Amino acid sequence: MITMDKSTVSKPLLNRMMENRAVWPLLALAVILIVDGFISPNFYEIRIVEGRLFGNLVDILYRAVPTALVALGMAVVIGTKGIDLSVGSIIAISGAVIAWRIQMGDPHLVVMFYALGAAILCGAWNGFLVAVLGIQPIIATLILMVSGRGIGMLINSFYGGTDPSFESALLQGMSTGSIWLIPTRLIVAVGVFLVLWLVIRRTALGLFVEAVGGNAASANLAGVNARLITFVAYVLCGLLAGWAGIILTADTHTSDPVSVAMYIELDAILAVVIGGGSLAGGRIYLGMTVIGALVIQALTTSILISGLPPEYNLIIKAIVVLFVLLLQSKNARQKIGQIFSRQKQ
Amino acid sequence: MNKKYLPLAATIVVFIAIFLIGGATYNNFLSTRVLGNILADNSFIIIAAIGATFVILSGGIDLSVGSMIGFVGISMAVLDSMGWHPLVTAMAMLCFGVMFGALQGYIIDFCEIQPFIVTLAGLFLLRGACFMVSVESVPIQHDFVDTYAAAKIPLPGKGVLRSSAIVMLISLGLAIVIAHFTRFGTNVYAIGGDRESARLMGVNIRKTTVKIYALAGFYSALAGVVYALYTSSGYPLAGSTLELSAIAAVVLGGTLLTGGVGMVAGTLFGGMILGLISTLIIFNGSLNSAWILIISGALLFGFIVLHRFLVGSFDLRGAK
Repeated sequence: MITMDKSTVSKPLLNRMMENRAVWPLLALAVILIVDGFISPNFYEIRIVEGRLFGNLVDILYRAVPTALVALGMAVVIGTKGIDLSVGSIIAISGAVIAWRIQMGDPHLVVMFYALGAAILCGAWNGFLVAVLGIQPIIATLILMVSGRGIGMLINSFYGGTDPSFESALLQGMSTGSIWLIPTRLIVAVGVFLVLWLVIRRTALGLFVEAVGGNAASANLAGVNARLITFVAYVLCGLLAGWAGIILTADTHTSDPVSVAMYIELDAILAVVIGGGSLAGGRIYLGMTVIGALVIQALTTSILISGLPPEYNLIIKAIVVLFVLLLQSKNARQKIGQIFSRQKQ
Repeated sequence: MNKKYLPLAATIVVFIAIFLIGGATYNNFLSTRVLGNILADNSFIIIAAIGATFVILSGGIDLSVGSMIGFVGISMAVLDSMGWHPLVTAMAMLCFGVMFGALQGYIIDFCEIQPFIVTLAGLFLLRGACFMVSVESVPIQHDFVDTYAAAKIPLPGKGVLRSSAIVMLISLGLAIVIAHFTRFGTNVYAIGGDRESARLMGVNIRKTTVKIYALAGFYSALAGVVYALYTSSGYPLAGSTLELSAIAAVVLGGTLLTGGVGMVAGTLFGGMILGLISTLIIFNGSLNSAWILIISGALLFGFIVLHRFLVGSFDLRGAK
């Protein structure tokens, strides 16, 4: 151990930086943004239109919000060594609840709480299956993933289901509104992030979650109520997915349970993995998860502005995932290292 | 009765119960015609689910199934418009499926990454590839499609066994032989039961993992071929979220998602239960399609909880 410490100290600054887990995702983000600058000369331009900031950089932040919110919840669940596949369905359900209650004439602010309440219920269901019944997380959340979009369609059919679209100034504000030039949803998202960060990092909850994810049995013996912590993690994930659902529903003014937020669970898991989180659990990196979500959105935006057909989006995303995974794998790194050292000789 | 047959027995009981409920509710439901249609309509899901059964028996998961079906379908349609014979493209696609699956298996074992994430990348890659092949729906116009659709074996009663159902039953038979009568099949169960013990007993984990995913790739590609011939077209979004139906069919078929316990034959009944539910709801006419998803989810829940308690109360793996 001592020799290892010595070697770390004697390494040059650059090497030590390379070993920092935060470097790679940030580097990826920087490279994407620099390449964008070459593709489109006006890329960094930020204008003020109708009392709101406009520009590609703002757009990346703006569009990354739903994925980032879902990914933050996912990061906590993955921290407990779990996974939540049902976030897309939770978004569909909260969207359907919004459209339904607005059609019924409830005050729009109350409707938002109904949507969050529905999302918390969904999270509690997942938490019940995983924490109380002890079912594997992938399978437990698969149930809601399969039936959730059906529940959304069912809610739509409560009022005929022919036209689930609605008008709402409040939700419109959530979608395109702005406060002091900055898009409202960005401010809200930063607020949500700060609250989550305080709860996870400034109370013992984060430590407990990481303890449960590292080794649930040891955590239990050490006096952590592993079941309760796991349950809370899924409720939190549901709540954040519900919030993303409000934003996505506000964007489209309608409830579309079949196709809203398709594949968002995959993007969210990807964001956590890019941010350095391991699916083996035991670690929560909130800040890095947001960076991961930004990397995904920046990638999507650059494909759009580069003029490549949007069909390339998925392929490029897949290649990025594989690349990140290879970097994280010990075996693959050794192999690559061997190839390079052979070339030097 | 051996305890390991309990989940399978539960599946068959549920299947018969749903079929009898259908028969009691609707005239003409209890017929070989309905049975033949369910077999044919769900043949591609069941074929994909058979491949997924091996993966799940080994304790893994394969999410690339749906995208593979879409990719195979659209490639067959585009190659058809270039004048290739569907049988030739089908062979090429099956080879592609085996190679793609083997690659996934190799990455999973070599990089020690969870199968979930690797096959997720596979899902993205193949779906992206679908759009690069064509963004529009392409018909398959070769005469062979008509020959394929016309081929059928009459059943007692007025039902017929269509060619898709025949392909499915043959591939099921093949899978049963592989799972229960070969050394590879035993290795799959061994890895799923306890990976570390299997390794210590001398099972070559890497070779077996690569073979498992190659086999799953073969079955997903075959499902894609059947789907393309059955619908006589290719569509870049075909098979979206079908990986979930395949996993659901495997679970309903009595295979434990923790690996090591289950029967390939159960998957046939699992897929048929899913098909029965949608047929019943279509027969009803007044219920909307949301109920297909909700009832499937509810059944899935019931079976998962049942398995959970079966594993808890008896020792299905015989570890004691």
